[in-house]
Amino acid sequence: MKYQVDERGYYGKFGGAYIPEMLYPNIEELRMNYSLIIDSDEFKNDFEDLLKNFVGRPTPLYFAQRLSEKYQTKILLKREDLCHTGAHKINNAIGQILLAKRLGKEKVIAETGAGQHGVATATVCALLGMECVVYMGEVDMNRQKPNVERMKILGAEVRAAKSGSKTLKDATNEAMRHWINNPFDTHYVIGSVVGPHPYPDMVARFQAVISAEIRQQLQEQEGKNTPDHIIACVGGGSNAAGAFYHFLDSNEVNLIAAEAAGLGVSSGKSAATTQLGKSGILHGSKTLLMQTDDGQIIEPYSISAGLDYPGIGPMHAHLFDAGRAEFFDITDEEAMQAGVELSKLEGIIPAIETSHALAVFGKRRFGKEEVVVLNLSGRGDKDLETYIRWGKY
Amino acid sequence: MGEILKMSTQEQVINRINDVFDQKKDILNVYFTAGYPMFDDTIRIARNLQNAGADMLEIGIPFSDPLADGTTIQESSSKALANGMTIHKLLDELKDLRKYIELPVLMMGYLNPILQFGVNPFCEACECVEIDGLIIPDLPIEEYIDNYKEIFTAHGIHNIFLISPNTSEERIRQIDEWSDGFIYMVSSSSITGAKKGLESKQLSYFNRIDQMNLKNARLIGFGISDHVSFSQACRYAHGAIIGSAFINQLKNDASEKAIKNFVTSIKK
Repeated sequence: MKYQVDERGYYGKFGGAYIPEMLYPNIEELRMNYSLIIDSDEFKNDFEDLLKNFVGRPTPLYFAQRLSEKYQTKILLKREDLCHTGAHKINNAIGQILLAKRLGKEKVIAETGAGQHGVATATVCALLGMECVVYMGEVDMNRQKPNVERMKILGAEVRAAKSGSKTLKDATNEAMRHWINNPFDTHYVIGSVVGPHPYPDMVARFQAVISAEIRQQLQEQEGKNTPDHIIACVGGGSNAAGAFYHFLDSNEVNLIAAEAAGLGVSSGKSAATTQLGKSGILHGSKTLLMQTDDGQIIEPYSISAGLDYPGIGPMHAHLFDAGRAEFFDITDEEAMQAGVELSKLEGIIPAIETSHALAVFGKRRFGKEEVVVLNLSGRGDKDLETYIRWGKY
Repeated sequence: MGEILKMSTQEQVINRINDVFDQKKDILNVYFTAGYPMFDDTIRIARNLQNAGADMLEIGIPFSDPLADGTTIQESSSKALANGMTIHKLLDELKDLRKYIELPVLMMGYLNPILQFGVNPFCEACECVEIDGLIIPDLPIEEYIDNYKEIFTAHGIHNIFLISPNTSEERIRQIDEWSDGFIYMVSSSSITGAKKGLESKQLSYFNRIDQMNLKNARLIGFGISDHVSFSQACRYAHGAIIGSAFINQLKNDASEKAIKNFVTSIKK
């Protein structure tokens, strides 16, 4: 259990719960209850039922033959893009909202960057009859109009975060402020493995369905239950946490994380946190953060809104620090090329977040006999406009 | 016996904060953001507040992502950062602080900028410019006790803890045990500047805490904006803290006269 959270809420030297006293009762209520609830048979039944019948799980572990031929290795794609709402985000939304119901909460708030987590949360709130408010940076609302409308159709209220840089980090600030102002009847559904303990662990456990399925599917398809490598993209890092989860302590499995380099790590327009970040505190946890020497948070940049976050989950900060995972920084250009390549070779248009993971094949050699699982975290429908603007296909 | 006594006195910080509660009542603590509205306003505003009759000062260290603060204070922080304010520059400005200011002075700031400066160097610098206390909203108490208390104490600095209406009695007793300056009572479950005035349920929370016979003095903050709310707070605690209302004042008019009028209108 070397890479799992410890009883104080830390992954190595990262994690913890750096929250104002006003949030202490909310976080304490979660911390005291989340494991008990998640581990109960009744909860597991409801969670598994919705994952199967509403989300469409298990998602396939698909042998990508033409991509494998091109890169001379055996590539299996974990098809999270086939989940209802188009990405892995729904796994966590279902888990947390079922949990919120058991804690007696009536209202749900969430933050969203590109809108995928907001749409997933609004979807599950509609399904389970919860009131839903989603905070979204004003800048992102203009960039991601269709997702704003999706959330509204699903009955959610979308509130513009107008403070600071008006993007994901500010939407997160606003959601936390809302929670401080509404401590009793509201649950805050954080969308990634970030935030104060127990969020990183809780979100990782809801996303761990991904690695649980990979294990079982590998056993059935390959006759062994571990791959040689797992690749996933990392913004906050929820899809990577889910894909890595059951393999964290299996050292024979090489973990590979792809971060968004934007226009290049040293261009000043990047979101490659492990390259550019230093240990610090934001949104309730100690982790690697992009910041000035004076400790002010730097606004990151990536072509992919889902990777456009100045931090990284504390689990990933620890995996980086401990050398447990390989980290690659992928530029906008490399990601876009990899996305188009998958589209042409396999008939799958991936989300641009996922394209960062795919670009690792152009940067690192894998053995011909090795089995490489790539977590195909989302589909590219939402990114059509970006593909069109990029134009090189 | 002598040894134990000596140790406990060494661990106890006594500074201007303790003195002010011994000497005065109905303490008015005024918050303002360093470097706002103009970069070099910090000392000037502190002097104006002292002349106007404030009893304690709380200087905000601007941060890009102030989680516990509302729009007013966040905007003042953004402006201060745009003006070029940093912890280094602030501490530099404060070198002359004690030439002019006799009042107890606190600094309020989020943990990340302090961590990047270095906790030890920061406390050393605070001691150097004779800062009496720190309020760090996102530094949890347990973390403070384990990793910070020793450093703060060595530099004669009080760490001020917050309590809110939802803080359990057990935790309040614990906080009282760990505090040695005063306890910052957040008046409602809210961020700063969220609500104006005080409602009856807040008054009953003030009363509940008043009846607990805590060893520490208490100041009430969040939602204190005028004479009425200030005097209500003073009925149940040793005074109150005004932040957002003063920042709004500075936004409209930051002149010495306006500051004088503001403080007078609160204290009357």
